[in-house]
This record gives sequence, C-alpha cells and structure tokens, in this order.
Amino acid sequence: MKITVGIPRALLYYHYYPAWEAFFRSLGAEVVLSDETTKAILDAGVHLAVDETCLPVKLYLGHLVNLRDKGVDYIFAPRVVSVEERKYLCPKFLGLPEIARFCVPDLPELLTVEINVHQQYRRTISGLYQLAARFDRRPWKARLALRAAERAQECYEKRLKEGLTPYDVLSGKGLVKKHGSMKVAVLGHAYNVNDPFISLGIIEKLRAMGVEVVTSEMLRSEEINTGADKLEKGIFWTFGHLLMGAGLHFLQQQEIVGLILVAAFGCGPDSLTCELVERFYKRRRSIPVLLVTLDEHTGEAGLVTRLEAFVDMLRWRKAV
Amino acid sequence: MKVTFPHLGSLSIALTGLFTDLGLEVIAPPPITKKTISLGVLHAPEFACFPLKISLGNFIEALEAGADTLVMIGGTGPCRLGYYAQVQKEILRDLGYDFKMIIFEPPQGQLNKLINEIKTITTNCSSFKVLQAIHTVWRKVKALDKLHARSLQIRPRELECGATTAAYQQSLALISEAHTPQAVTVQLKKGMQLLNSVACDWQKKVLRIGLVGEIYMLLEPYANLQLERTLGEMGVEVERSVYLSDWIKEHLILNTLHFPGGLKTKRAAAPYLNHFVGGHGWESVGDTVRYARRGYDGVIHILPFTCTPEIVAKSILPTVSREQGIPVLSFSLDEQTGEAGFRTRLEAFIDLLAGTTLVN
Repeated sequence: MKITVGIPRALLYYHYYPAWEAFFRSLGAEVVLSDETTKAILDAGVHLAVDETCLPVKLYLGHLVNLRDKGVDYIFAPRVVSVEERKYLCPKFLGLPEIARFCVPDLPELLTVEINVHQQYRRTISGLYQLAARFDRRPWKARLALRAAERAQECYEKRLKEGLTPYDVLSGKGLVKKHGSMKVAVLGHAYNVNDPFISLGIIEKLRAMGVEVVTSEMLRSEEINTGADKLEKGIFWTFGHLLMGAGLHFLQQQEIVGLILVAAFGCGPDSLTCELVERFYKRRRSIPVLLVTLDEHTGEAGLVTRLEAFVDMLRWRKAV
Repeated sequence: MKVTFPHLGSLSIALTGLFTDLGLEVIAPPPITKKTISLGVLHAPEFACFPLKISLGNFIEALEAGADTLVMIGGTGPCRLGYYAQVQKEILRDLGYDFKMIIFEPPQGQLNKLINEIKTITTNCSSFKVLQAIHTVWRKVKALDKLHARSLQIRPRELECGATTAAYQQSLALISEAHTPQAVTVQLKKGMQLLNSVACDWQKKVLRIGLVGEIYMLLEPYANLQLERTLGEMGVEVERSVYLSDWIKEHLILNTLHFPGGLKTKRAAAPYLNHFVGGHGWESVGDTVRYARRGYDGVIHILPFTCTPEIVAKSILPTVSREQGIPVLSFSLDEQTGEAGFRTRLEAFIDLLAGTTLVN
C-alpha cells in the first residue's frame, strides 16, 4: 500500500501546492488533500486555536483535524521561514509546526522540513534530501522529485500570470472568460482571498457584478519590485512586499479603477502594509480603496452590500 | 534641533542623558497618560500592536511640545517593530507635522556604522566624545536595571506600603544626575543604599513569580498596568526575564560579533520550540521552562494584543505549564484593557498559587 501524505488546503497550499504534490507523487507517495473549507472545518480550528490567532491559522488547524480524521500516515507541515533573500514570512509560519503540534491532539507524524533561503540555504537543500530519503533512499530519486516539483511550480506560476487566480487553477476551473468593463485589483494574502469560504467568494461575487479582477499573483515579479522600490525601506515580509509592490504598481500605472484590500483581523503584517497602501492611495486621490477585514464572524449580507456599494460608486465615477 | 524619542520604562533617563551629553537639546515626551494612548489609538492602524500606538502618542505629544527630530529604532523582521518607524513617519506626515526622523537600524555586523549614524545628528562632537557618551549611557542602562531588579525583591517585604516605590523613584533621579561613567557608579551605590534602607520584613514568606513576554509590554509600566508594582504590593516577589541591558548585550553586541546570545533560554525552550519566531516568542517559552526548573510558584506572560510571535508562544505555553508543572497566566493587553478585570484575574491567580503552596 502506498504511503499517504496529507496536505491541508490552507495557508501556503495556495502558493506551493503544485510543487508539493509533484514532489511527493514522484517519490511514490499518495497525496491526500483536506476537503474544501466548510463551517465545520473552520469551527474545529477555532475551538483548538488560541483565541487571538488570525483566521487563516485557525482555518489551518481545522484542516489538520480534517486530515487526521481521514487517517493519513503523515501530514506535510513545513516550517517556511524565508523563501527569498532578506525577507521572512510572518512569524506564525516560523512557529507553525509547533502551533499544530501543541494545539491539535492526536495528529499523525508531521513532516517538517525547514525552508530558510535567507539564512540557511544549504541546510534547506539537505533537509529536502533527507525528507525525500524517508520515502526513497536513492538520492537520484530525490533529485528527480525536486526537479519535478520545480517544473510543476513554474508551470503553475505561468498560468497565474495569464490572469488566473490560484483558486481558478487549483480548483481546475481553468481560464474564465474575461468579462467586465472595469478592472479592480483585489489584494491580500492568497490564502484569504482564494478560500471561497472565508473570503465569502469575494472574487466570484465581483466577477458576477461584471468586474475584471486582478491580483498580485498575476503580476510579474519585476512589476512588483519596481512598485516596491518607491519605498524608503523595503518590506521584510514576502507577502507584505507582494501586497505593497502590487499596490504601488497599480497606483502608478492607473490601469485599475478601484482597489479592494482583504485582510484577516489581527494579521500583524497587514496591519502595517494595508495602512501604508491606503495612505498612498488617499494622497493621490485617483483610485478609491475598500478595506475588507475578515474574521470568523463575517456575515455574507454585509459584505455583499459593501461590494455592491463600492462597485456602484466606481460605475458612477466612470459615468461622470 | 530638538530631539525626542518614545518612552520605554526608565529609558528616557538614559536617553535624555545621552543626547544632552552629545550637546543636543532634548524634549522628552510627557509621561504616558490616557491622552497619549487616545492620540496613538486615534491615528494608528486599527490592529497594529499596542507599543506602536503608545509610541505614536509619545511622538505626537513631543512634537506638540516643540520637538522636531524623532529618534526611533528599526529592525530586520520578522517582528513588526522593524517597520514601526516607517508607518509612524507616514502617519505623522499626513497629520501635517514638520520633523526629521532618525531611524537606527541594527548594525548587523558593523558597529562603526552605528557610531557614524550617531555622529550625523551631533553637530560637532569628536568620536571620543561620542564613545564616552555611549559608555556613560551603557553604564546608566545597567545601573537602572540593577535598581529595578533590587526594587522587585524589596517591595513584597516592605513594612510600609509604597515605601519601596518612593525610594526607587529617588534612586532614578540620582542616576539622571550622573554625566560620566564614574559618576554613574557612585550614584548607583547611593541609589542601592536608598533602596536597602527601606524597612523590610525579611522573614516574610513570599510567592515568587516570573514575568515573561514581549519586551515593550514588560518594560513599560503604563502599558502593563503597573503589573510589577501591583504584584509587589500584594506580597509577591517578581522577577522579570527581560532587561534592556540584556537585550542590548544580545542584539547589539553579541549578534554584531556573530555570537549567538541567550543560549541557556534557547536550550531550555528546545523541546517545545527550537526555532526563532521573531520578537520574544522563543524567549517566552524558554524562560517559562527555566522558571519552572528554578522552583518559581508561577509565571505571568504579557503580550500586546495581536502580537504574532507571542501568539505562537501562547499556543505552546499550556503544554509547557502542564509538563513542567508551573501555573502560567497569559495577559493580552491593549487600550481596551480594564484595570478592574485585570486586577481580579491577578488576585485569583495569586490566591490559587498561595493555595497550592499551602497544600504542599
């Protein structure tokens, strides 16, 4: 029987799932995803987490419970410290394996490899080889698996650049017809924006209103970097940098008619980056901004009302 | 040029001394009050952490008082502190203040860079004078920490409530009068004598509690609702795990020379958390284990609401508490914290600890 590796459909799933899947598949393991988010999954996470943890981490714990109940052999829970030079992920990712281990009882063994490109590049690589060796001792298999992962990730990112959101690609929906006369940017962590349950389907709702949605994943990294270069001091969080760079890029290009910022309540990096993006936009007075804060109490009717009001306002501005 | 800086416990004594010795005019922000916090909360991002809001309030009040140069520290992440200054600068700019902000980034291996940065704000100081001023301020920080640690031992045993606090305030004033390294040593001796002369009952049995958590919340009494004083006057001997001098030693000296610091704490934390998580999350876990090993009666963990590194610690501490057999109480504080509720929880915790100690 094949070894099963569980991957929670939360957090970095939206960034790296294709690579992870290819990696474990080519090592001969079976990859099991947790179910799509439901109220029950979120509730399970909310009960286990420390009350002031941010929404996506609570959701992550819920997905771990879901995988545990599916009876997988292992759960892949990497400690992703840094994925590029001089930038970190949010502190919660640094302690994520511990949060999982100490908050969720009776978990199967966690596969925790440390990804730390900034400080420990060599150890990251050797850690990946060690992880691969647990499935197949032949080093060339590990090399193949890593190459397969790299290729899958490149292919995934290429599709994102074509104008798809991570959810579009990962759910297999493929390219949606580009409709809508207005371009609105939706910026926020991919794991908040793309989970249709916690974001209350914000992207689908906007598309249904005839809006063309652009996200930071659709931009090339040069565009993000030139946007962020306007800052005096670069942002040291990878996702904060992405949000800020995309925000400033859109502000400079003026190709969008509105900006929607999606933040999870209590998100440390977002509290500062969203604030700055909002201030920069207000100073230019050319593109309206809507800030949507999500938590487990968010009501759908309220969000729909706010989105409709925002889109109506954008239409009127255009008409005038 | 009128220099100001945010408050952090008794830091203003050291910094006022430093900038005055460098020949600059200093306008220290007025002491933190409700008004400071209201100003900070009004203009800061909604769920930014509490230290950002208070220090923003300090800056606004100092600018109103006539300061025009703000001194702040930076950082390289992943804690939010490293980006405070940038955000505060934009907020104050939008409020229409005219000022210059000087941000000291951690030297990361280059101590001379730090000295050069200090020299950029001083008009005509020689390197020697800068070094001497740094030497004095370092002695002062150490002296202030020593006085503080001593006051925590004396307060629970004082015969007259409030006597220690009064003596401690006097000793702080003594330190602020010193302007050379030698004078600091002399004043420290005098301050210690003042504290030691407080009438005490040294036979009294007291509970011992360790304080762990985020550095700003631990060091700034207004932010932690005078936790140390309240506990002391309830007859509890408190030890604080974080002191500014230790922080400077670890982050500005040891790390600059590429030596890891705080190894004991990190080793103690290893079974639970073997990785840095930014801020003081790692230390909070390690120090709790160490207090348990040293036979303390309990640990109080203080964090600003939404502090990410400490939330990681908070997720782990219940397990540490169970396995190491030490009661732990976490307080997540911000501008919404009510003093009465805070006190009730503290009293209940102390009663519980006293009860357990009596049974054993």
